[in-house]
Amino acid sequence: MSSYSVTEPSARQKWFAGTLVVLYAVITILPLLWIIGTSFKSPSDAIAYPPKTFFQPTLEGYVNLFTTRTRVTEEQLKQMGEPTTWYDRLVRKDGLIIAGPSRFTERFYNSVIIGFGSTVLCIVLGTAAAYAFSRFKVPLKDDLLFFILSTRMMPPIAVAIPIFLMFRSLGLNDTHAGMILLYTAVNLSLSVWLLKGFIDEIPIEYEEAALIDGYTRFQAFYKVVLPQAATGIASTAIFCLIFAWNEYAFAVLLTSGTAQTAPPFIPTIIGVGGQDWPAVAAGATLFLVPVMVFTILLRKHLLRGITFGAVRK
Amino acid sequence: MAQIRIENVRKEFGAFTAVQSSTFTVEDGEFFMLLGPSGCGKTTTLRMMAGLELPTSGRIYIGGEEVGMKRASERDIAFVFQMFALYPHMNVRKNISYPLVSQGMKKAEVATRVAEVAKILRIEGILDKPVGGLSGGDRQRVALGRAIVRNPKAFFMDEPLGALDAEFREHMAGELRALHDRMGATTVYVTHDQLEAMQMGDKIVVMNHGVTEQFGRPQQIYDWPATKFVAKFIGSPPMNFLEFDGMIGVGGDSIDLSGKKVKVPASREGRAGSLTLGVRPEHIRFVDDSAYRGRVIAVEYLGTTQIVTLDTPNGELKARTPSSQAARADELIGLDFDARTLTLFNAETGRALVSEANEGVLRRG
Ligand SMILES: Nc1ncnc2c1ncn2[C@@H]1O[C@H](COP(=O)(O)OP(=O)(O)OP(=O)(O)O)[C@@H](O)[C@H]1O
Ligand SMILES: [Mg+2]
Repeated sequence: MSSYSVTEPSARQKWFAGTLVVLYAVITILPLLWIIGTSFKSPSDAIAYPPKTFFQPTLEGYVNLFTTRTRVTEEQLKQMGEPTTWYDRLVRKDGLIIAGPSRFTERFYNSVIIGFGSTVLCIVLGTAAAYAFSRFKVPLKDDLLFFILSTRMMPPIAVAIPIFLMFRSLGLNDTHAGMILLYTAVNLSLSVWLLKGFIDEIPIEYEEAALIDGYTRFQAFYKVVLPQAATGIASTAIFCLIFAWNEYAFAVLLTSGTAQTAPPFIPTIIGVGGQDWPAVAAGATLFLVPVMVFTILLRKHLLRGITFGAVRK
Repeated sequence: MAQIRIENVRKEFGAFTAVQSSTFTVEDGEFFMLLGPSGCGKTTTLRMMAGLELPTSGRIYIGGEEVGMKRASERDIAFVFQMFALYPHMNVRKNISYPLVSQGMKKAEVATRVAEVAKILRIEGILDKPVGGLSGGDRQRVALGRAIVRNPKAFFMDEPLGALDAEFREHMAGELRALHDRMGATTVYVTHDQLEAMQMGDKIVVMNHGVTEQFGRPQQIYDWPATKFVAKFIGSPPMNFLEFDGMIGVGGDSIDLSGKKVKVPASREGRAGSLTLGVRPEHIRFVDDSAYRGRVIAVEYLGTTQIVTLDTPNGELKARTPSSQAARADELIGLDFDARTLTLFNAETGRALVSEANEGVLRRG
């Protein structure tokens, strides 16, 4: 049990602290709001100077994000007859027609597969390793743990060239499996260390009680240990996902087609038909959604998890 | 219900020996105490009996069956942990029914059994509460509930009252003993509190540094300690030790303590050299005409009795006498010991010399 003295803050202190928090929130949220706002602007509003805070919202950015378009002559336009859908109408204003879907959906899908795939793998392997390190006599335990940690001692990108060569000769270049493996390898040390900390905190008596009550070691693990490690698993999963989701450098280097994720794709939108900032902003906005949803879903666990067991149960 | 027998059980952790060759028997239906100071190997012994730890050597029998190498789940025992180990993600009812669910018992039967147990422990009101918010006493009851619901051959409890505050401990100790008397299940109970062991136990094993020092009923152990360690560990204040050089022959019934002849129970073994005379505080009387005298250092008043600390030619001793008997600091008082209650120890080995008085207790094994 920890003991600390708590003095009730005065009204002024509360007011001051509240202002600070709100200010900080505004400063961090403002760029996000600006990006989301830009995604609903027309290209000309997006580059207007002075910047426009109020504008006529349009879905052009999103249409441009999901489609490729070509320019046609007025005559050709006339021959094609009336536009049949709202997005057709939207692009024809500028003398364009929709030529087909863009690759954004594919790239986004790749991000989901690779991000969540590596997170799941990281959690499964990490939990198993952390449990073994926490509960069993592992020869050279401390050295192994140190070795695992040492894989994080230099930035992963420092070994980009060897990894690139390795991936090429293994045929892992530009594959989902390759990227999942890579992100798992990078995140695994973090995941083992975090999870070991959480599992260490769970008294071993719970498992022993379950063993005596007639459960097998494995049953004790998943019926007693896992539910109690939920906090740790949730926060570790979020860390892993955020890394894999946002990773840019390896994605640029190792993927180009089949397995390209969203981060290297979004900047390429800029080149398509002029500087299309609303489309870029729309891509960035959609890109934020999965991590946000995932984090909100696990928020309840995260709050307790982030304190890393500083709070005694 | 079953008898439990431990034979030459030994446990090493690497180079460290936590338990050295323990042998004792817990009779069917007995409330059995494993008593000793911190780190003496009580928990390790209990865990080996429960199957949570494998003995390095030796044999363990539960109900006549060798279980030394069996898993905990195959021994049909229940274990109450010091911190109770209630599953925090389940409510009280789920915690209690958990051991039954693992056996694949039918839902209706589980419900009946849990209800029965809840009634015995008077916890019907909290069955649907989460365990997180329970008081220490209620947690204790739930932990007991989880143990008794399965109706196992034996209960093992590792300092189950250790987490409770002093006042409540006493209350729970009474409740626990009453529960045992009602169910009559073989119970092995670990504690480092000698008073708790004396009050609750049918039988006690006293351990020290992994060695079983003595094994017997509380009164036997109190009256006739087998070693100086046991004599010092049990009783409050503990047995007094008067150190002297002397001798006693086989059949001898007196010793020479700094010039005074002190009668002792007839000895069954001889010894010459350094000896220790063990005297319980309540077996010292103040008599004016005694040649053996001590100077009063301090008097501690306890109501009807008092503890008088005296300086004697053979070291300090504490006497428990009626408060009516005046004793002032610096006063010289003549002392007399109750001859039938004395124990002589070999001061080198710390073992009690066998006499006609204690042979019944010590020779039994
Ligand atoms: N798994 C282990 N590995 C190494 N040493 C151990 C292990 N378990 C116990 N010990 C050591 O064995 C000795 C006996 O431990 P044990 O827990 O049985 O003592 P105890 O009598 O229950 O003490 P306490 O009253 O403090 O609970 C201690 O010195 C302890 O450090
Ligand atoms: Mg212990």
